[in-house]
Amino acid sequence: MSVVFGLTALLTLASALAAVMLRNLIHAALALAVTFAGVAAVYLQLGAEFLGFAQVLIYIGAVAILIVFAVLLTRGGEVPVGGVHASRWWVGALVALAVLATVGWATSSMALPRELQTTPPTLAVGRLGEALMGRWVVALQVLGVLLTAALIGAVLLAWRGGAGDGPKTGSEEHS
Amino acid sequence: MTPLTGYLLLSTGLFAIGLAGVLTRRNAIAVLIGVELMLNAANLNFVAFWRYGAAGDFLTGPTFVLFAIAVAAAEAAVGLALVIAVYRHYRTANVDEVDRLKG
Repeated sequence: MSVVFGLTALLTLASALAAVMLRNLIHAALALAVTFAGVAAVYLQLGAEFLGFAQVLIYIGAVAILIVFAVLLTRGGEVPVGGVHASRWWVGALVALAVLATVGWATSSMALPRELQTTPPTLAVGRLGEALMGRWVVALQVLGVLLTAALIGAVLLAWRGGAGDGPKTGSEEHS
Repeated sequence: MTPLTGYLLLSTGLFAIGLAGVLTRRNAIAVLIGVELMLNAANLNFVAFWRYGAAGDFLTGPTFVLFAIAVAAAEAAVGLALVIAVYRHYRTANVDEVDRLKG
C-alpha cells in the first residue's frame, strides 16, 4: 500500500463527499470533476493508462461539463430555501452507511485466491483495439447504435418547446 | 492488507458516498452526480480485479470498463436532457415536487 495510493484515495473520497454534501450545485459539479481525476489517477497506478486517459477525456471533459451546463440551464446554482437535502435525509444516510459497513466487511474479510498476479498485466492499446474489432465487434456496433439513439433522444427531449412540436430546421445553434 | 483490498475499499467508499447522494439530495442533478459516482466505483472494481485478479492474459476488465464508460455517457446525456425537460415544465428540478407523468 503505497503513499501515492493513500493520498489519491484520500483526495478521491474527500472530493466525492464534497460533491454530495456541498449546497451549491456548481461547486458540487467541480468537486465531482476532482473525483473523476482521482479515479483516473488510480487507473494510471493500476497500469490501465488508456482507461485513465479515456476517463479524463470523457468524464472530466464531457460529463462534468455537461452537468455544469445542466445546472446553469435549470438555475440549480441557487440554494433553495428548504435546504438541499431531503427532510428525512438521515434515512438515506443510514442506508448508505449500512451498505458501506456490509460491503466493506465482506471486502476486508474476503478470502483471495492463491494464484494472484504478481507481475502487472500490460494494457497494449493495439491489442485492445484488435479485441474490440474482433471478439467484441457485435457489442461495439450495438454500443454505437445505443449512443446514436441516446444522443438523438437527448436532443429531442431538451429541445426548446418540448418534444411535442419537434425540432425546427436551422435553429441548431439555440439548442 | 493487500493492494487489491485497498482498491476495493476505495471503490466501496465511493459507492456508499454516491448512494448517500442519490438517497438524500433533492435536486435531480445532484441525484445524477451520485449515480455517476456509483458508476465510477463499479469501473474501479473491474480495473482492480483485472490488475490483481486470477492470473491470465485477458483484456476483459478494461474492455468492460470502456463499454461501461460509453453507456454511462449515454445515460448522463439522456438523464440531463430529462432534467432540463422536466425543469421547463415544472419550473423546478426538485425530485420531491415532480410527482406526475401527466402534464
